[in-house]
Amino acid sequence: MKEYDLVIIGGGPAGLAAAVAARDAGIQDILILERDNELGGILNQCIHNGFGLHTFKEELTGPEYASRFIQQVKERNIEYKLGTMVLDLAQDKTVTAMNREDGLFQLHPKAVILAMGCRERPRGALNIPGSRPAGIYTAGTAQRLVNMEGYLPGRKVVILGSGDIGLIMARRMTLEGAKVQVVAELLPYSGGLKRNIVQCLDDFGIPLKLSHTVVDIRGRKRVEGVTIAQVENGKPVPGTEEYYECDTLLLSCGLIPENELSRAAGVQLNPVTNGPAVNESLETSIPGVFAAGNVLHVHDLVDYVSEEAGAAGRHAAAYIRGGEAVTRKTLPITCKDGVRYTVPLSVRPECLDPEGTMTLRFRVGAVYTGKQIAIYAGDKLLYSRKRKIMAPGEMETVELKSKLILDCPEAEELCVKLEDA
Amino acid sequence: MKTVNLTCIGCPLGCPLTVEMDGAEVKSVTGNTCKNGDKYARKEMTNPTRIVTSTVRVSGGHLPVVCVKTATDVPKGKMFECVKALRDIEVSAPVSIGQVIVPDIAGTGVPVIATKNIRSV
Repeated sequence: MKEYDLVIIGGGPAGLAAAVAARDAGIQDILILERDNELGGILNQCIHNGFGLHTFKEELTGPEYASRFIQQVKERNIEYKLGTMVLDLAQDKTVTAMNREDGLFQLHPKAVILAMGCRERPRGALNIPGSRPAGIYTAGTAQRLVNMEGYLPGRKVVILGSGDIGLIMARRMTLEGAKVQVVAELLPYSGGLKRNIVQCLDDFGIPLKLSHTVVDIRGRKRVEGVTIAQVENGKPVPGTEEYYECDTLLLSCGLIPENELSRAAGVQLNPVTNGPAVNESLETSIPGVFAAGNVLHVHDLVDYVSEEAGAAGRHAAAYIRGGEAVTRKTLPITCKDGVRYTVPLSVRPECLDPEGTMTLRFRVGAVYTGKQIAIYAGDKLLYSRKRKIMAPGEMETVELKSKLILDCPEAEELCVKLEDA
Repeated sequence: MKTVNLTCIGCPLGCPLTVEMDGAEVKSVTGNTCKNGDKYARKEMTNPTRIVTSTVRVSGGHLPVVCVKTATDVPKGKMFECVKALRDIEVSAPVSIGQVIVPDIAGTGVPVIATKNIRSV
């Protein structure tokens, strides 16, 4: 088997952008391993528009956005294998994979980029009481059935969870003739983008019930109905139950980075994101193993996935050319006062481009108005920016000038927090 | 005078907009933080439009359906008609991105185009 400098696990938006950037940074032998039968990942089933506003300055559908990157991969003659399942990633970066043509094979790349994306939280993880009939799908499964396989999974629908895929499917199934009766969201705010609430629910008069959840599922062979109740302090409020007759329950209750391979390799994970703990170069705890996209932390916009993956590709290229960076100091990046997590989780000042910036992405834990984002090195305020509103469903990005960090040689850590503006 | 509340979709900020209407005329827009909010509110109240995306059947392709979109936005009120008009259409593989599937959908004058390449099998 031919050996490669860089193996990228996953041929979705992250894997494609990482491959293109690594090639443009001079890496010749790159291989993308994709388990599906085509490149593009989840974008292939996201047929709605709104992708690419940042990257291409136009509104594309998911498949169109994917095709732009697939085109770039093909123009660069970057190799890829479809229908290929990676079974194991070892600490020494040995990749074990299999497919129908090559059988079981091993690769020993100099660097690996994790780009496996994420998965939906299934019913089993939600603790919904009631029977287990057919007709309960994650929103993404329904999306694939409708948009790629040409089936309508049901005609009378209730959706639990207001994640973006659920909202998108509320519109899609309504336009296809299904009756979407209600979207119930356990939390007091929606996890979906504003735009999707307006264009997928408001446009069609579909009610969004916040602080509500499904407390019962009825039906033996097929879903016959679900009961929704208001939730207070994490408990259903007696007397608020409402029964909805339906044949389908869609679940849009969060996405979880898919890190089985990372975990088996011994990559250190951040328990908040369920994604790898990475440094400023998007490098995991195993030198030469990088991560980007939804495997690292779940994004709202694919444009940011592409951007992040491009950076991972360039950092992987630098690693392949120069080997492991020898640095004296690593600053942890901590978060508090409303900031749930940051990517990266640490920074090696010596690895920063002194003229450039360090991209810091994070999410807040609740809806905040009139706060400012503040970044400290010890007691010293490095950066602050007022934000009118911040919500858990919308990722925040800060481009922090490297110079600000380099000017604090005595700093022991960076801290990102929210303060009153 | 009637007031309508909208959520701006111009950016992730999602400003809560209040539009004062005098009949079909927009009197004022408040709550926006940039000019896009004003523009959005006026358009939503006078001529709301959407890009419609859906799928049509494909024969002989690597997938049984191909995804499509209206080449430009169409009146919001025409969304259902557009999707309905696509329901009985079948095209033959191969299909390429940008290929016109319906030259004029639901009398809007807007073509529906494919958004994915479908290989023949």
